[in-house]
Amino acid sequence: MNYFVGIDIGSTTAKAVVVDHEGAILAQTVRRSGYDFAVVARDVFSAVLQQAKIQRVSVMGIVSTGYGRRNVDFTDQQRTEIFCHARGVHHYFPEPVTVVDIGGQDNKVIHLGPGGERLGFTMNRKCAAGTGAFIEEIAYRLDLPLNDLNRMAEEAESEVTIGSFCTVFSCTEILGMARRGIPVADIIKGVFRSVVKRVAEMDSLDGKVVMTGGVVDHNPVVAQMLGEALGRSVETPPHPQAIGALGAALIARDMQEEIKSK
Amino acid sequence: MADIKKLETAKLMKKVMADHFYEIDAAFKSGEPKVAWCTSVGPAELLRAMGFVVYFPENHAAILGASRAANDCIPAANAIGYSPEICSYLTSDVGAYLKGFTPLAKIYDGIETIPKPDVLVYNTNQCRDVKDWFEWYAREWNVPCFGIESFVNVGDVTKYHVDSIAGQMRKLAAEITAATGNKMDEDLLKETVRLSRRCSDLWKDVLEMAANKPSPLTFFDGTIHMGPAVCLRGTQVAVDYYETLLKELRGWVDEGVAAVAGERHRIYWEGMPIWGKLRENAKLFLELKTCLVASTYCNSWIFSALDPDDPWNSMARAYTELFIVRDDDYKEDYYRRMLDIFGFDGIIFHDAKTCPNNSNCRYGLPQRFSKETGIPFITIDGDLNDLRCYSEEQAITKIEAFIEQLDG
Repeated sequence: MNYFVGIDIGSTTAKAVVVDHEGAILAQTVRRSGYDFAVVARDVFSAVLQQAKIQRVSVMGIVSTGYGRRNVDFTDQQRTEIFCHARGVHHYFPEPVTVVDIGGQDNKVIHLGPGGERLGFTMNRKCAAGTGAFIEEIAYRLDLPLNDLNRMAEEAESEVTIGSFCTVFSCTEILGMARRGIPVADIIKGVFRSVVKRVAEMDSLDGKVVMTGGVVDHNPVVAQMLGEALGRSVETPPHPQAIGALGAALIARDMQEEIKSK
Repeated sequence: MADIKKLETAKLMKKVMADHFYEIDAAFKSGEPKVAWCTSVGPAELLRAMGFVVYFPENHAAILGASRAANDCIPAANAIGYSPEICSYLTSDVGAYLKGFTPLAKIYDGIETIPKPDVLVYNTNQCRDVKDWFEWYAREWNVPCFGIESFVNVGDVTKYHVDSIAGQMRKLAAEITAATGNKMDEDLLKETVRLSRRCSDLWKDVLEMAANKPSPLTFFDGTIHMGPAVCLRGTQVAVDYYETLLKELRGWVDEGVAAVAGERHRIYWEGMPIWGKLRENAKLFLELKTCLVASTYCNSWIFSALDPDDPWNSMARAYTELFIVRDDDYKEDYYRRMLDIFGFDGIIFHDAKTCPNNSNCRYGLPQRFSKETGIPFITIDGDLNDLRCYSEEQAITKIEAFIEQLDG
């Protein structure tokens, strides 16, 4: 049996996915990227092979992606996260879709045509407001566990409005709200609303919208809130955080298929 | 990895530009002839015809950017009230002056400082910032400063526009004479305009060599070879330079030499160069086998309206026909014409943080053009000189993803 591995070294987390020759997922893993991308790439690679119970020699192709894609010194090919997210989403949604990915420091909007072809894309500007890093910073300032944020937002009875574009100024704004005694759940829901607003202003979110990335994986309320903003439901694939790594694995498989067909 | 291909004529340019700076330095030190500072798309012909040697601060600012000295200088200008949000050419150049620094001193033995002018002459056809820039030096040195207040958002250039600007130019010449004693030589003006037009025609021919497939020229080459068109138009030196360059490029075309080996994609660059990252970006596109075949920026020194038989009106028309002062309908049509000439697959818009007038992606123009023509685009966030506004990793990812998109 032939297997293919995708490795997505993001600014915050590293992900690896193994697929077989039919594109079925055998295993996937996620861990913090840390500061040594080469080491974490080897770690997630070993871990995912172990989970899938396969040997290195059975791996016929590896594609790396993400911020640290060039640090994966054992990869066969590198592809951008735009390409890989598009490929991963197309696996689950073969129709034309608009992909909204909220990553650690990048947000992306990718428009896919009927064959999964990329028609265009937008990334957030230089500022990381509205990304995973923004949410982590707010959680850190308020001393809240990241795992509790989704529940808190779901339980919120109201929500605040965060006016600033800037993460640092948003924190100042939020600390002021905390001092005034505003319930923390309302603040968290306001934080997620701010993320949704940042995404919605990046590009036209036409047709069916599919959300990916770690933020929506851990905080599905964000997809629900984006759906509210758009007036229609927003879909998520299974394991939205690993969709880039899945796309990379599928691209590795596609490349093998292409070679075989020649 | 393939290296950046260098044209032999680049060696000649080093000499041409060195001679230019030494000529100005000598004039500054001896007091004769008088030195005028001029904006890069300002009335340089007028100044040459009045007997000045002409220095272009924008060229100096670009050198500060390309040599990566700009970010050491910008904070000094910020500290005296010139915001990090305004033109980083201005803040680089004024900051360098405040720090007592010029890269010219490093490059050219014997040059210690930038040349103090006898007169400063601007044209606001590019932006208001050039006026603020020149007026800062006017106050600093107590030197006269005059200018032309140009039109913006121009659709068709009409007699009204031409009459107004030509009138301002005549008034400007009189003001300069009153302030410096230098007088207009009408015969020299005609000859200078003739040489400028010839330089412009040759520069256009040079840039249009990139219409060949593969292209012998990239945008990055253009940003280097435009030096004489900016600083020496109106002189025989610039004409001779572009005749030599054009001959070499024609030779490359005849031999099928590609500036980017294995050229797979052809891209139009819209906006300012990111001066501090020219080499890195040239290499990135080389690796991607993608040639930036044309740009509005390099085209900005084509002045096809110049006519030696009607120097005043033709200068007025030439400096009002510029892309930068035109309305969006004109700009959309301009891109269509460039598409016809160069046949590109996509456009990269550079959104330069401190240069709104050269960032044509802020009012929906890319989307409109793409919808109409099917030509895809991306926007890169950056700046001409202030590298604090440029996130390199993000830009590289965007560019690579764009090329992947073009690959299909």
